Amino acid sequence: MLITLREGWTVLHGMLFGAAFLLAFAGGLAGLYSLRAEWVTAEGIKERLTRLKVGLWGMALIAWATVISGSYIVYPWYRTPDAGSAKSMLLANTATAAWHNFGMEWKEHVGWLAPIAATVVAFAVTYYGPALARKKSERRTLMIFLVASFATAAIAGVFGAFINKIAPIR
Amino acid sequence: MTTTSSVQELPNGPVAAAVLAGGMGAAALGLMTVLAELSAWMRTALTWSAPVGPLSGKTGMAVIVFLVTWAIAHALLLRKDVNFSRVAAVALTLLAFGLLGTFPPFFLLFAPE
Repeated sequence: MLITLREGWTVLHGMLFGAAFLLAFAGGLAGLYSLRAEWVTAEGIKERLTRLKVGLWGMALIAWATVISGSYIVYPWYRTPDAGSAKSMLLANTATAAWHNFGMEWKEHVGWLAPIAATVVAFAVTYYGPALARKKSERRTLMIFLVASFATAAIAGVFGAFINKIAPIR
Repeated sequence: MTTTSSVQELPNGPVAAAVLAGGMGAAALGLMTVLAELSAWMRTALTWSAPVGPLSGKTGMAVIVFLVTWAIAHALLLRKDVNFSRVAAVALTLLAFGLLGTFPPFFLLFAPE
């Protein structure tokens, strides 16, 4: 059951940080969607907001940890120029080259939009507090940012999982 | 477009600033990705970390643009109310460009033959 240091960091990046972010999204979206003055009492809004703020800031921090660990720790191992690197192995075979040329190229860039978008949402919810329940236009924009954050993280996560399955970093 | 903030409600300026900054950061990433594909010089210039390659500069620029835009816009809009729908429309358009610019079939169009 031993794993290498590189495998350990890959697991931390993808399965711990990345998965935690994706799971937290469900709670964040539900919390933001239901934060409406017409649905919840003033006490209820106050109670939900604490959870929402903690959850959203947690999401933002995890997203930053995910992209930083991915780009600065795991990605250099992926792209080393030697023939045994994951990137070299994918590109050596026309049947797998697209996993790099499309999958990794998309993942390595689009994933960085997740923490930016998540941070915007966390800030806005913190700033407005209970007043957000009366701000329909702002809530809608924030939900779009939150969904964008999830979608970009999901794209990065799915391609990361598949690429690591086909060309593992060891 | 801007008015003095009401004492009853929180002004929306700071949130508009954050939303706009998010859009700008996303667009910066899209733009850097396209530019790196267009120009070998740009790729080299964006290689802030050799092990990470041009990705380090592309994402570094995106984060810098995000934070600097946020700081400036926040200072300018701190106690102001703005037309939030208009700011949101601009921000979401910028976000869409960021998504497009980071999509390989799009940015690879700019790769030299």
